[in-house]
Amino acid sequence: MLKNWWKILAVLLVTYTIIEGFLGKVPAQPILHETIRNLYFHVPMWFAMMAIMLGSVVYSIKYLSSSDINHDINAAQSAHVGMLVGALGLITGSVWARYTWGAWWVADTKLNGAAITTLIYLAYFVLRGSVDEEQKRARVAAVYNIFAYVMLIVFLMILPRMNDSLHPGNGGNPGFNKYDLDSNMRMVFYPAVIGWILLAIWIVNLRVRAEKIKRNLLMNN
Amino acid sequence: MLFKQIQYLILKEAQLEMRNKYALGGILLYVISTVFVSYLSFKKIINPSTWNALFWIILLFASINAVAKSFINETRGRLLYIYTLASPQAVITAKIVYNSFLLSILSALCLLVYMLFVGNIIQDLTLFMVTLLFGSFGFSSLLTMVSAIASKTNNNFTLMAILSFPIIMPLLIVLIKLSKNAIDGLDLWDMNSLLILVFLNVITIASSYLLFPYLWRD
Repeated sequence: MLKNWWKILAVLLVTYTIIEGFLGKVPAQPILHETIRNLYFHVPMWFAMMAIMLGSVVYSIKYLSSSDINHDINAAQSAHVGMLVGALGLITGSVWARYTWGAWWVADTKLNGAAITTLIYLAYFVLRGSVDEEQKRARVAAVYNIFAYVMLIVFLMILPRMNDSLHPGNGGNPGFNKYDLDSNMRMVFYPAVIGWILLAIWIVNLRVRAEKIKRNLLMNN
Repeated sequence: MLFKQIQYLILKEAQLEMRNKYALGGILLYVISTVFVSYLSFKKIINPSTWNALFWIILLFASINAVAKSFINETRGRLLYIYTLASPQAVITAKIVYNSFLLSILSALCLLVYMLFVGNIIQDLTLFMVTLLFGSFGFSSLLTMVSAIASKTNNNFTLMAILSFPIIMPLLIVLIKLSKNAIDGLDLWDMNSLLILVFLNVITIASSYLLFPYLWRD
């Protein structure tokens, strides 16, 4: 029970953000109106994705230095869950863009960054699928994971400097902290970030355990 | 010691290239025929964005084809022989340096043929050349590493493209922006973007240098 405190915390925080996110008081803004509540769902997805992907890279580095296959399982399953969370981020962002900018997808630096991230990790899965031998697959995938992550971070750093953006917090647009004068939204936003990250870690945890059991069954037969 | 090894390995690459010239000739022919096809369909291009985009697409595909062979076409026996003699860092550095040299020539030739057929609308040729040079270095270091990764898999050539496109994007965006400036002939060089370009080169080479030793063992 004590060991699982963070799982309970995840459930509590996410439940709190869903209830408070839909029912709580939000600042009235033109254009945004009630869609401002999407802040509690769209932004934490990207925080969770970056956290999980960072975890994936850390496990890849650990694999390269130890050749322990368990680290590889962790890295791969983290990447899977990261993609899931990223897809949710894309969907919530797309819906939000439809109601505020008028289109499901616009040519924008932030959106391009998200698209490239998705492509990189899809390539990572294709790479994993095309090597049969377990240790070799783990090694090649780990190298690509680290290499691609470095490129991705550089890309996300330089991209906003190259072009203007419609996205809040970029290209001279104010982030949401400007609208939130009485800090009401922060009280929901920060718990949401922590809650979704914990929930994503929990999913990774379950997937890793399932993968290990599957591997053991294969080994014993 | 490392420097000596790199020197010999580069020499080896050049000698091998000279021994079967058809590979080099194939790449050069690829560039010329692609440019000619675009000439037949476009005649002259006067729109800077189209000119720019088409040029970089041709160069990107030519570079991928040129660099792909650097690990994929090596036989297992020869790789094993090289690895017993030289350190992995020397191998990857030599390949990157050699491919940089190859791609610089390739891109210069591509630009020449392209200007001849499709038309020359560049106003600041010096900046364009500088961009092209750094672009060749960046392409070579990134694609050499991806080629090393792809050579470990079963379907090499398809994977080479899939793996390299998303991670070459940061480099390509900076290159396209700089070369567009060169075509428009802006008064001031965009030093910020040039610095980013150099930084990208350094990052790619450093991570290839660090990661390759984990990759080469089979």
